[in-house]
Amino acid sequence: MSKFNVLEHEIVPEHHLVPVDEEMSVLKKLNIARDNLPKISINDPAIKALEEIHGKLEPGRIIKIIRKSPTAGYYEYYRVVVKSVI
Amino acid sequence: MNFNNVSKRIEKIKFALLSPDEIRKMSQVRVITPDTYDDDGYPIERGLMDLHMGVIEPGLKCATCGGKVDECPGHFGHIELAMPVVHIGFIKEIKTMLDSSCKACGRVKLTDDEVNTYRKTINNMNFESDDPEIIDLSLKKITEIAVQRTICPHCSAESPKVILDKPTTFREGGIKITPKEIRERLERIPDNDLLFFGLNMSAARPEWMILTALPVPPIDVRPSITLETGERSEDDLTHKLVDIIRISQRLRESRDNGSPQLIIEDLWDLLQYHTTTYFDNQTAGIPPARHRSGRALKTLVQRLKGKEGRFRANLSGKRVNFSSRSVISPEPFLSMNEVGIPEIAARELTVPVLVNSFNVDKMKEWIKRGSTPRTPAGKYLAGINYLIRPDGRRIKITDQNAEINSDRVDIGWTVERQMTEGDIVLFNRQPSLHRMSMMAHTVRVLPGLTFRFNLSDCTPYNADFDGDEMNLHVIQSEESRAEARIIMKVQEQILSPRFGGPIIGAIHDHITSLFLLTHNNPLYTEGETLHIISYIDVNKLPEPEIKDNKKYYHGRDIFSLILPEGLNAKFKSHLCSGSRGKCEYEDTIEDSYVVINNGKLIHGTIDDESVGPFSGVIVDKIFRKFGPEAASKFVDNVTRLAVGFLSYRGFSTGIKDYDIPKDAISRIEEISNETLEKINKLVDAFRSGQLQQLPGRSIEDTLEVEILSETGSVRDESGKIASSYLGLNDPSVIMARSGARAKMLNIAEVAGMVGQQSVRGGRLNRGYANRTLSHFKENDLSAYARGFIKSSYRSGLNPTEYFFHSIGGREGLVDIAVRTSRSGYMQRRLINAFEDLKVDDERRVQDTVGSMVQFKYGEDGIDPTRSDEGETVDVDYVAYDEFGDEK
Repeated sequence: MSKFNVLEHEIVPEHHLVPVDEEMSVLKKLNIARDNLPKISINDPAIKALEEIHGKLEPGRIIKIIRKSPTAGYYEYYRVVVKSVI
Repeated sequence: MNFNNVSKRIEKIKFALLSPDEIRKMSQVRVITPDTYDDDGYPIERGLMDLHMGVIEPGLKCATCGGKVDECPGHFGHIELAMPVVHIGFIKEIKTMLDSSCKACGRVKLTDDEVNTYRKTINNMNFESDDPEIIDLSLKKITEIAVQRTICPHCSAESPKVILDKPTTFREGGIKITPKEIRERLERIPDNDLLFFGLNMSAARPEWMILTALPVPPIDVRPSITLETGERSEDDLTHKLVDIIRISQRLRESRDNGSPQLIIEDLWDLLQYHTTTYFDNQTAGIPPARHRSGRALKTLVQRLKGKEGRFRANLSGKRVNFSSRSVISPEPFLSMNEVGIPEIAARELTVPVLVNSFNVDKMKEWIKRGSTPRTPAGKYLAGINYLIRPDGRRIKITDQNAEINSDRVDIGWTVERQMTEGDIVLFNRQPSLHRMSMMAHTVRVLPGLTFRFNLSDCTPYNADFDGDEMNLHVIQSEESRAEARIIMKVQEQILSPRFGGPIIGAIHDHITSLFLLTHNNPLYTEGETLHIISYIDVNKLPEPEIKDNKKYYHGRDIFSLILPEGLNAKFKSHLCSGSRGKCEYEDTIEDSYVVINNGKLIHGTIDDESVGPFSGVIVDKIFRKFGPEAASKFVDNVTRLAVGFLSYRGFSTGIKDYDIPKDAISRIEEISNETLEKINKLVDAFRSGQLQQLPGRSIEDTLEVEILSETGSVRDESGKIASSYLGLNDPSVIMARSGARAKMLNIAEVAGMVGQQSVRGGRLNRGYANRTLSHFKENDLSAYARGFIKSSYRSGLNPTEYFFHSIGGREGLVDIAVRTSRSGYMQRRLINAFEDLKVDDERRVQDTVGSMVQFKYGEDGIDPTRSDEGETVDVDYVAYDEFGDEK
């Protein structure tokens, strides 16, 4: 099976890893606790693809996602990596 | 809300299993007699209505606590079951435990290593705060390992597979395991292994899931009712308990005097059936227990579950006081912010007024008037129904005691005053599908028995007057009254959050009327003008046009009287659609381009596009530029002006609207014959295999598509012919073109041709074998045999056409019936999912826990209500409004 990078697919929105030292400022900007961010599973294909670049990601890291929005043009939001259940 | 005198606060709730010992301990009486009352109507001792379990009759005292009817909270009793039975609510748990524990030693079938590792993972879980779904899943994964294992790793005994024979029978290798045996097996499971099943060993033992003693709920939970005839009728639960005791007794007797095993087993099964249905009378696999009348009994689960259950009917939804319901009818002379209330309702509904130093004298005066005061002329005046003393006691005001109570009332009392003009109330029509289904109105007390309101409010409520009823709620607190006035009043709801445009506007005749008033700018004499203007609230006349020394006024100028000064707009009217002209400003033939400059209608026809709901450009612009007050005033004036003008001018419609000349009829006949010919040719081509197949379609589909397009175009063609003879002096056409009611298509159907009927988007083809009706030959694909109607409604349909038309019509009805129920359920689920989401000051959407749903509401932070039909702002209009037509 040939491997490909899901992040390069046109309908997958941009995923960026937020550097650890910027996490606090992001949370402060959003005025929110880390637990209250939307979640993304560590097994998510997009996270797997990010791990190819950044190495193993720990639960708790913050991912910035930029996706197309019918109302706002581009919408920027954040997810926190969580360990998977199943 | 007063938080200071909270007597008890719930800190935590613990869920556990009731042990038989506990059941006996909390029981006040062991019930042994399946009877309730003796011949004198006195509760039988140790019966199901034993006085130890509480009292429901006044005069008697509880044998446990000595309390009277309202004082005794009720106490539990219990039944000792002759033989143990399975509790239907724990079937699943019992199954897993039987499956995953060893038959012989009772240990969980996990190796010591597994036990050690899984014990650690389970100890790491927090049963109080972790997601219960996740806990369930992880536990299931562990027990699944034990289930798969047939040989016990501890004692090497073999456990055959246990099969659950629904609903309550367990079998092992085809042989039934009795509840007694199940209980013995569960008893063998050591405390230490319980945590693998998610049980807390300090709170539960698995054998408690098999019932040996059954709690009998207090009498207050299952009160008996006395009918007018003096007959006693027992609660369904009591009936069920009678059954249980009766069978339990028979089972005990049979067992003790050594009856055959078969009889004992039958009785045991019956006891199992009765206890099962006592908990849940809708258990799959067994017939529900029925009342003598054939009605299924409402037992414990049925009390809680579903729409009529405790949660949805009594906890999530409650009945309210200070509300009323009546038939609705129209009243164009009320403002859209008002509602007309019948006197009889106004006298019953009250507003609480706290007596203070400012109003005490006035209140004394009001109380003196009694409960049904009127002016000397007989007009309604608000009376007083009740006084509430500071200690909470209520005093009903009658004409006799009004005088005395008027003197007694003092600061700190509350006076319940009847409705009066100007009070604010909530008005609602179900189904409440959007927020405009419940709006605040101010009260007008009117003669008659119906609720009345302005016709422009029909659209948001989706109301008509063919017998619709609506609910009205009187607001009881000062804070909610303020809220209602500021955010719930009708005028605040003119713009709909659904599409960012007005949902309130003129309808039907009002649109027709304004169309007639403004189309091609007719002239009216001074007398006519004054009559028309007398309906609206203005104190000036437009500029007259002098002709032969007489004053004449233009229709547009009359309409302009109700436009606020400073309003600018430029748009195509509804008349424009279907117009043959270009619809530009220069196009004067149809007068369809509306131009409003500084509150003066300069050009164009006012119709649905200007003032109607859903479009209403003028209403929209007024609301945005001048606010809700001005918009509501405009709509009020529109209704009055429209009613005034139309009742002066007169307007009527009839079958003669659809009269078209003979040669038009014959031309329609001609083209319909041509189409039939074409269709026959298509069918012939299809049969001889010469039909050109369309890409992506079968040859049969191709034929259908071709025929459908033929029938479609002939209907349009005949419609065009018919409407070419029907102009804007034809009332039906006026209604259609102005957007008041119906479409040009409907007129074409009446005057021209009804056309092809369809079911599920295709021609009719169902009914008899290979034909629609027995009037046709099998496999007849011609137009007439497949639901084509060449007649018009005006000429009348022949019998087969009529039948086909009914088939097509029914599809519409079925669609509506299916759609409403399905969308209702969808709506319920959406509401449950969204009910606790909240938009905060920073426009973030969060749930009550604080989890972020959207970082910005709608991702752009735009309130769709204030948006311009979904767009953030209409820059072109703002520029036009500011600078006019400068290029």
